[in-house]
Amino acid sequence: METTMTDTAVKATQQKMEDRQVPDHTIGEVHVDNARMTARGVDVYYGDKHAIQDVTLDIGSSQVISFIGPSGCGKSTFLRCLNRMNDTIDICRVDGEIKIDQDDIYDPRIDVVSLRARVGMVFQKPNPFPKSIYDNIAYGPRIHGLARNKVELDEIVERSLERAGLWGEVKDRLDQPGTGLSGGQQQRLCIARAVAVSPEVILMDEPCSALDPIATAKIEELIHELREQYTIVIVTHSMQQAARVSDRTAYFHLGKLVEVGETKQIFTNPVHELTQDYITGRFG
Amino acid sequence: MTDTTVTSPLSPKEAAIRVAATLKTRGRSESRFQGLGLAAISTAILFLILLFAGILSNGIPGMFQHYVILEVTLDQERMDPQGDMSVESLYAGDAGTLVNEALLNALGNPTGRKAKRAARSIMSSASDLRLTEFAVANPSLIGQTVSVKFALDDDIDSFMRGFISRETPEAERRINNQVIEFVDKLNDAGRISYELSDYLFFGSASRNAEIAGIKGALIGSIFTLAVCLVIAFPLGVATAVYLEEIAPKNRITEIIEININNLAAVPSVVFGIMGLAIFIVTFGMPRSIPLVGGIVLALMTLPTIIISSRAAIRAVPPSIRDAALGVGASKMQTIFHHVIPLALPGMLTGTIIGMAQALGETAPLLMIGMVAFIVDIPGGVAEPATALPVQIFMWADFAERMFIQKTSAAIIVLLAFLITMNAAAIVLRKKLERRW
Repeated sequence: METTMTDTAVKATQQKMEDRQVPDHTIGEVHVDNARMTARGVDVYYGDKHAIQDVTLDIGSSQVISFIGPSGCGKSTFLRCLNRMNDTIDICRVDGEIKIDQDDIYDPRIDVVSLRARVGMVFQKPNPFPKSIYDNIAYGPRIHGLARNKVELDEIVERSLERAGLWGEVKDRLDQPGTGLSGGQQQRLCIARAVAVSPEVILMDEPCSALDPIATAKIEELIHELREQYTIVIVTHSMQQAARVSDRTAYFHLGKLVEVGETKQIFTNPVHELTQDYITGRFG
Repeated sequence: MTDTTVTSPLSPKEAAIRVAATLKTRGRSESRFQGLGLAAISTAILFLILLFAGILSNGIPGMFQHYVILEVTLDQERMDPQGDMSVESLYAGDAGTLVNEALLNALGNPTGRKAKRAARSIMSSASDLRLTEFAVANPSLIGQTVSVKFALDDDIDSFMRGFISRETPEAERRINNQVIEFVDKLNDAGRISYELSDYLFFGSASRNAEIAGIKGALIGSIFTLAVCLVIAFPLGVATAVYLEEIAPKNRITEIIEININNLAAVPSVVFGIMGLAIFIVTFGMPRSIPLVGGIVLALMTLPTIIISSRAAIRAVPPSIRDAALGVGASKMQTIFHHVIPLALPGMLTGTIIGMAQALGETAPLLMIGMVAFIVDIPGGVAEPATALPVQIFMWADFAERMFIQKTSAAIIVLLAFLITMNAAAIVLRKKLERRW
């Protein structure tokens, strides 16, 4: 009999969801005063599939903004537009305008290399290079010519690792492979690697989904510290994480940005029913 | 709201009974499969043992041969007719007569033309050359009497190994009674020795089994493979990287892909004919040279290298590419700093498989004339040469008994070459291999 009841509940939720319309316009304040990045009317297509529909959003300077929403809602796709990582997918097409400090990032004159030096990225699964810890951090500064000599490079490596709270743990084994670290340490190594090229914005695509709670707590603490200096965009499946680390929260649903606002407001007083259902755990 | 009650398809008890009933058949088919696998592997090992036993039993004796040790008086005048000790003068000397005299002396100076002819037939026809080379190497010994080791004629070698029986009637025997008497005499005097053949390893092609060697063919093979590697490896890796990382996925690249896969299955002789038509007929390159051979083999190995390199590149996790692009590496930097180093072990494996194929290839080399009888040891890629497998093929065709063993010996050398190559590749791969 229990099964029957659950089935009924699921069906009811599905029915309810179908009833609910995704709004044509984003609810909440999409603009901020001190925007680091701005997206205006962004559409993304994977072949025929319209993955992101007309998203307009400002990303505030020295703020943490989190993107939440059910799987396949387009939050990661939108995140990857911000440093043009979608360029690597042949069938992906991006329309609309995304600017960083007034520079259009899809302008043909903009070199994607310089963009990615300004907008760093941390991925879902820790992906250190199969090289030493030192080389993992030094790689970015080396290819961008950030250090004039070995002393400067050493300093960048040390400072980046310190920034990621990893220096104390690895300072005696910088020549050992980065892949030998634990999952949480690897992810912090990846954050240090992103920090090493001194970006303005750091994108994080579900950075804790492969980590245990303790490692997750460390990363969240780190995000807290990093926000003073960097603009951080984080995609997460964990509502609690979004509530803990972010200043603003954006809720995506079926390729549309449904609602955006101060994190506190979104979690305590969501306007749209979809947002409400999602954050209360009715579906997702 | 529909209110259908969902029931399990079977009661747990009933399910357990049915599962138990299938266990026996499942277990039987499992052990049957294991047995078949074991039988297959045993058969394979048996054949391998037979193969190696066959080659080794013929090839190891083929690496040895019988020599006769003679005291030769290096008469100053006859060795060095011009009297200036120059190399030309030494080669113009009458070493043959000196060897012959030493032999007759060792046999107790028999008289009569027939006996003298029998005595001469004991020695390899290249004995005079051997003495001259000895003199060139040791000019200070001229004028003295020295012990020199000469190869026995291949018929005598066969006789010493027991391939020619004393019981055979003289008329049907390749060597007559007189010769046997002389050989026995030399043997009793302890002048005949059985040792590792220096001709096999340091001699070049010859019609005389006792002095035929593989050095020329071995060096020809090395030159050919070097050309092949230099052309095929960079070309193959570059093609693989382009197709995998850079080329757009469209109809043209698809057609190229299919063609590469098909080329891997083209019989090697076809590449030989193509090499003949293009490089020798159209471009007028010389026949029989390792350069052309290497190019033809490179074309043949390219598909193998491309296919395995592409597989190796595909095996590099996309997360590494993302990581590199994420810190702002350009496409080229991503490829050269991350993808290629990680794919290199796999690429090397493919290359070695291709090279091993190329090393054993005979047919395409026949087509471009590397089957010619070449006595000189090649000094470069543009000098006529033959290759190991072709040499083996030629020796296998010769009628003399001793060439059977030489052929097996050459096969052992070829296999040793192959194993060395593979071992080097494994060492290199282990060194380059990184885990992620």
